[in-house]
Amino acid sequence: METTLFYILAAVTVIATILAITEKHPVHAIVNLVTSFFALAAIFFLLAAPLIAMFEIIIYAGAVMVLFLFVVMILDLGHPERAARPGLFHWLPAVLLIEVILFSLIVLVSVRVGPPAAAPMITVQDFALTLFRQYGVAIEIVSMQLLFAVVGALYLGRRRKA
Amino acid sequence: MIVPLTHVLLLAAVLFCLGLGCVLAWRTNVIMLLIGIEIMLNAAMLAFVGGSCHWGRADGQVFALLIIAMTSAEVSLALAMVVYLHRRRKTVNVDDFHQLREP
Repeated sequence: METTLFYILAAVTVIATILAITEKHPVHAIVNLVTSFFALAAIFFLLAAPLIAMFEIIIYAGAVMVLFLFVVMILDLGHPERAARPGLFHWLPAVLLIEVILFSLIVLVSVRVGPPAAAPMITVQDFALTLFRQYGVAIEIVSMQLLFAVVGALYLGRRRKA
Repeated sequence: MIVPLTHVLLLAAVLFCLGLGCVLAWRTNVIMLLIGIEIMLNAAMLAFVGGSCHWGRADGQVFALLIIAMTSAEVSLALAMVVYLHRRRKTVNVDDFHQLREP
């Protein structure tokens, strides 16, 4: 049951992402991407990471994508006829590199991954203990980074006197 | 673990390829470029969470959380820069941003 659900969600994620990156209208692309992120959040839930799934929905689909939507609307970019679409020539290097990566994927599939350790389910408690005991310094650094990002965004966004 | 780790890694790799293709193909549009970076970071998160589930350690989830925090910082700065550049040049085409000084 859960295995089937995983494959369905994986298909939804990939199809929504393909639709997002080939869409010429930025707003449609962002909405497709939100669909993809919701499916990915469900996959995280299936992979025993409910907290990460919630953060994915709240921060990615909720905050980051809405920020993108705001910028597209503020700058009035929703005119696909005015934007430069990538032509066939632009897709060529992308397709070439993707072929290389897909070849390495085939190699990856042929290599056996070790059997899963008799792994206990990761509870939110385990997550919190690891986060605040082992990675306390990382939390501090990330909070500093977010502060710097806020200061930088305020600096870039202020209106200068003409 | 409901599915083999290989399948999770395959999904992550396909998503990463799509993000990379988005970045390489939409070289001229800053917004689509940033969206491609988002897709790639999501694929990395998926790989971390899959590994975390496979080995039963919470470290992968911690790194997924750190990636989320890093992404939100990066996106806020990058979009502030897009707004700033658009105010100066009235465009989001990367090819027009080839000068540091005022036009």
